[in-house]
Amino acid sequence: MKIGVCIKSTPDTSSRIQINPGGDDLSEAGVKWATSPYDMFAIEEAVQTKEATGGEVILFSASHQDTSKEVRKALALGPDSAVCIQDDGLAKADSLSFATSLAKAIEAEGCTLVFTGKRASDGNNIQVPAMVAELLGWPHVSFVTDFELDGESFKAVRAVGGGVEEVITGNLPVVITAERGLNSPRYAKLPMIVKAKKKPLATKSLADLGLTADDVAPIVTLSNYEPPAERGDCIILEGDAATTAKELVRRLREEAKVL
Amino acid sequence: MTSPLTSLTARYLTDEHDAFRAMCRRFTESVLIPGIQQWEEDEFTPKDIWRQAGDAGMLGPTLPAELGGGGGDALHALVWTEEVMRCGSGGLLSGLGSLEIALPAIVHLGTPEQQERWVRPVTSGQRVAALGITEPSAGSDVAGLRTRAVREGDDYVINGSKTFITSGIHADQVTVLARTSDDRHGGLTFFVVQTDSPGFSVSKALKKTGWRASDTAELSFDDVRVPVANRIGAEGTGFVQLMRTFEGERLALAAQGCAIAQICYEDALSYARQRTAFGKTLTGFQVTRHKLATMATRVVTAKALTYAVAEQMRQGIACPVEAAMAKNTAADIAMTVSYDAVQILGGAGYMRETRVERLSRDARLLPIGGGTSEVMNEIIGKGLGL
Ligand SMILES: Cc1cc2nc3c(=O)[nH]c(=O)nc-3n(C[C@H](O)[C@H](O)[C@H](O)COP(=O)(O)OP(=O)(O)OC[C@H]3O[C@@H](n4cnc5c(N)ncnc54)[C@H](O)[C@@H]3O)c2cc1C
Repeated sequence: MKIGVCIKSTPDTSSRIQINPGGDDLSEAGVKWATSPYDMFAIEEAVQTKEATGGEVILFSASHQDTSKEVRKALALGPDSAVCIQDDGLAKADSLSFATSLAKAIEAEGCTLVFTGKRASDGNNIQVPAMVAELLGWPHVSFVTDFELDGESFKAVRAVGGGVEEVITGNLPVVITAERGLNSPRYAKLPMIVKAKKKPLATKSLADLGLTADDVAPIVTLSNYEPPAERGDCIILEGDAATTAKELVRRLREEAKVL
Repeated sequence: MTSPLTSLTARYLTDEHDAFRAMCRRFTESVLIPGIQQWEEDEFTPKDIWRQAGDAGMLGPTLPAELGGGGGDALHALVWTEEVMRCGSGGLLSGLGSLEIALPAIVHLGTPEQQERWVRPVTSGQRVAALGITEPSAGSDVAGLRTRAVREGDDYVINGSKTFITSGIHADQVTVLARTSDDRHGGLTFFVVQTDSPGFSVSKALKKTGWRASDTAELSFDDVRVPVANRIGAEGTGFVQLMRTFEGERLALAAQGCAIAQICYEDALSYARQRTAFGKTLTGFQVTRHKLATMATRVVTAKALTYAVAEQMRQGIACPVEAAMAKNTAADIAMTVSYDAVQILGGAGYMRETRVERLSRDARLLPIGGGTSEVMNEIIGKGLGL
């Protein structure tokens, strides 16, 4: 069995995000890249599944830039190989552009089970995994906190809020998105890091996947970025809890008009 | 723009070092930082931390991968030190590093059986190892040590005491240097003593100025009987082997000095940027800016020398004199920069809750441990043909 994991290089959580002078895009200058945190759970689940059932794990990434450094780091966690889709055609990509490229690559590799993080830490769109599943014609289970595979059939548990869990069973193929708590991602030990240097990592263009620029043309264009407005002055209400609570509700309703 | 604090040393590091750094940082942030304040107050770190470190592959970055270590080079050791030091405790760093000085004798001179028994369980965090050289009556003068191992049939009987031993309380095994003959240098031999052996005891838990999260002990050997199988290498090979270990230990202490200095500079800078006095931030005073500029210059000086030495070691070129120079330079710089950082923080710098307070105490060990500054200067002097 071939297990795929889609991972995204996103700005490290300590990076300072800045907007380009024209306001048309985010600046990539000085950004430190790292695999999106939720993807770490996806990688771990894929590797644990492989360890339990056999098979191989293939990483997939799609970007206009070179993600091989982050992908190479992820290979140290146990996956066997990686496909980095890199093409200038993805410079203005939207979720569907990424999903289209990833689905093509996953299909080409013949995977039957795909894990991803529940969302990427940059755009937070939560769209790509569902789109990949749709394009492949597979079912998809999101926000999974427990996963079991028995032959071709799987059981996935997802938290639906309020302490209630939904248990979904089905057959492969499937796309699973990982929620925190699905597992504890392992550490990449130094000998694993060294070994990862020799694992196959293929860089593919859109043309290599049989796609044209039109196939991945974005349908969403981001026209303008602005920093959030400066926070206004803070008003501190004085008095005991009962009066300040009443006053707070009054102000929220009458002045801020948010209630 | 790369920071001047890292621009001169970045050239030595590869993607592999970066990936290793990310792993170390994750461990420090998720396991060490949450507990360090408590462990410093307790003057003791729970033994379970060694197990967690072993599981994460954090123990023994430069020990052979075949024996469960990281298989890394001197630059990996630097990266490891920089990242573990981010927990803000030289003591915890040294406790987790005690195997790096305790195991090399077994790695270099031990038989495969000895290595399976005493290296792998330590790199995996199941057992803690300490190195026992220093004695109440012999420190710098290693060859003056008096602990004796006397052959009796298939055993050796060990008598004596060791002091200031890092991880001495947690230790399950101590790599002990003992005298097997009266030949001053040629009469020293390494033994592994398991701490559950009859006659072995921890005679004192020592209270220290700094390095508090590390358990430091005085150990007593009273007719401790060990089989010949616990002797590491042939009789008389101990002194030469110890000299081999020193180079790595001195680099590790130089790296600790660099890391202490850099963290102190960073903490002082962020404090000076937000603390106001007389209507402006501390960075508004030229005297503070100049102090910070000097601190940063010293950090870069220590790092440039330490990284250059590490690179030479990575290439397999022996450099005991240069390692001694790096240790002295980084130790002095850790002392002065931590002193200046405390000064910039004012009263806050003297309070237990700030990192610079702790680091200013931890820094004081560096000109003493692993060979004093005076001993380093002796080595440097000889190297210069003085
Ligand atoms: C926190 C801590 C942890 C330690 N951990 C360990 C450990 O794990 N294992 C271990 O074996 N040891 C350990 N040590 C011991 C350490 O290596 C010794 O303290 C150090 O080598 C100095 O020896 P000493 O304390 O006996 O001082 P001494 O050798 O007595 O020196 C006292 C003073 O005399 C000076 N001096 C000595 N000889 C000369 C000379 N020839 N010329 C000029 N000046 C000289 C010294 O520089 C020093 O200033 C540790 C020490 C500390 C404080």
